[in-house]
Amino acid sequence: MMGNLGVVLKRELASYFATPVAYVFIVIYLIMSAVFTFYLGGFYERGIADLEPFFRFHPWLYLFLVPAIGMRLWAEERKSGTVELLLTLPITAGEAVLGKFLAAWLFIGLALVLTFPIWITVNVLGNPDNGVIVAAYIGSWLMAGGFLAISACLSAATRNQVVAFILAVVVCFIFLLSGLPMVLDVFRGWLPQPLIDGIANLSFLVHFTSISRGVLDLRDVLYFVLVIGFWLAANRIVLELKKAD
Amino acid sequence: MIRAKSLTRRYGPLLAVDQLSFSVEPGTVLGFLGPNGAGKSTTMKMLTGFLEPSSGTAEIFGHDIRTDALAARRRLGYLPEGAPLYGELSVERFLAFVAEARGFRGSEVKARVHAAVDRLSLAEVLGQTIETLSKGFKRRVGIAQAILHDPPALVLDEPTDGLDPNQKHEVRRLISDMSRDKIMIISTHILEEVDALCTRAMIIARGRLLADDTPEGLLRRSRYHNAVTLVLDDLQAAASRLSELSEATEVEIRRGRLTVFPSGRGNLFEAVTATVRDAGWTVSQIQLESGRLDEVFRTVTGAEETT
Repeated sequence: MMGNLGVVLKRELASYFATPVAYVFIVIYLIMSAVFTFYLGGFYERGIADLEPFFRFHPWLYLFLVPAIGMRLWAEERKSGTVELLLTLPITAGEAVLGKFLAAWLFIGLALVLTFPIWITVNVLGNPDNGVIVAAYIGSWLMAGGFLAISACLSAATRNQVVAFILAVVVCFIFLLSGLPMVLDVFRGWLPQPLIDGIANLSFLVHFTSISRGVLDLRDVLYFVLVIGFWLAANRIVLELKKAD
Repeated sequence: MIRAKSLTRRYGPLLAVDQLSFSVEPGTVLGFLGPNGAGKSTTMKMLTGFLEPSSGTAEIFGHDIRTDALAARRRLGYLPEGAPLYGELSVERFLAFVAEARGFRGSEVKARVHAAVDRLSLAEVLGQTIETLSKGFKRRVGIAQAILHDPPALVLDEPTDGLDPNQKHEVRRLISDMSRDKIMIISTHILEEVDALCTRAMIIARGRLLADDTPEGLLRRSRYHNAVTLVLDDLQAAASRLSELSEATEVEIRRGRLTVFPSGRGNLFEAVTATVRDAGWTVSQIQLESGRLDEVFRTVTGAEETT
């Protein structure tokens, strides 16, 4: 069973590196995160040896880059018809959904790992709390997984990658911001407090921020795992419903 | 064997396949014939496990496609319509993926890929990216992935569609070579293909099975079956003389050719040739018709005859 998961995963990764997708993504990701860290984050000017300015912009970076990776997952297969090939092999839909997701998630993880020079830099310049940095890296990867699961699910809903991308950005944006006062104020007047707390708790930003401060709370980790699980389950259902047309 | 039992599929209010039942034995090349949108592809998609039937089911060598889907799929090779492939991969990498998904591991993967590559003469393009290949080669890669695990049954959806005549010929040759002890189900709307390839043909229209016969059996249904067509100078005179034969029912002149239809009494061909000899006509062509599939097809599917 798990063997087929690996087969799907391997094929997906082979496709990334057979096309410019992998290289363009990694290069843009690294450049953008450097720009955000050094210019907008004021990495040097702050004079503090930590990676807060680096991680602070990750949610915004992912908001556009992760849907760009996720949009092709199913939309491309449906457009080219290869979904019919894939799903008539002795592979279950669950294995296909999970295998594709894991391939893209590992790939984003690789891009994240390639930011290691900034971690070396901050260790050369001062004495950062490396525990906090490790926690933030894990939190960043988990958050990317959340964005990715949303993008993958919406990619199965259409054969048009542009539509998949826009839908994914919008839904990711809602999940990202649902904890901000700006959003909560809209509901404050007419929703009971427990529901508003619930909406606030759906925010990627709230959970990521708490992990990236170095508090690797099980509840925050569980939150992202549940978000990923929910959207992948939805992905399977959407795929089942939409593959016929 | 493959057995379909009241296979039905709806797309919303549209009934794409309506209570289709049939069974196929090994050694058969079964052709699905039908107009576009008749339900041929939908039937194939259900047999291969891509689409769930709305009702009814099918068995692939005893494995139910609904309750035992993976086992059923293992016994099938499938070429979907248009032969979709992962264009960004090399032929070798793609075939290795299919082999692994079919459960082969290690050296077995290599062996399977090479056997399929040999069979379809793909050695020269093995390292090439699929999207850079010609249409003929792409189709061969599509067939290679379908036969990789040497399945007892193959389902090929329009295997020759969009190919040039040479490529068509080649794909047909491949199919007849492979058909010896397998079940082959192919769909086509090219009628000559049925004659050239199939041992059995099913005509499907609006999701229903309208005819199920050998190609010869279908030809026998044609009113042109055993008719005699002549090309000669004085068509009108010949027509009136030939229509008096007891072996003939009707005579038709169309595009400078005269066709005499058999009444079923006696041997029409012999009667016509005897008349030609007696009358001393100069005949430039004479032909005994085996029947016309396109005419049978139109009659069976209920389309208006347009010529």
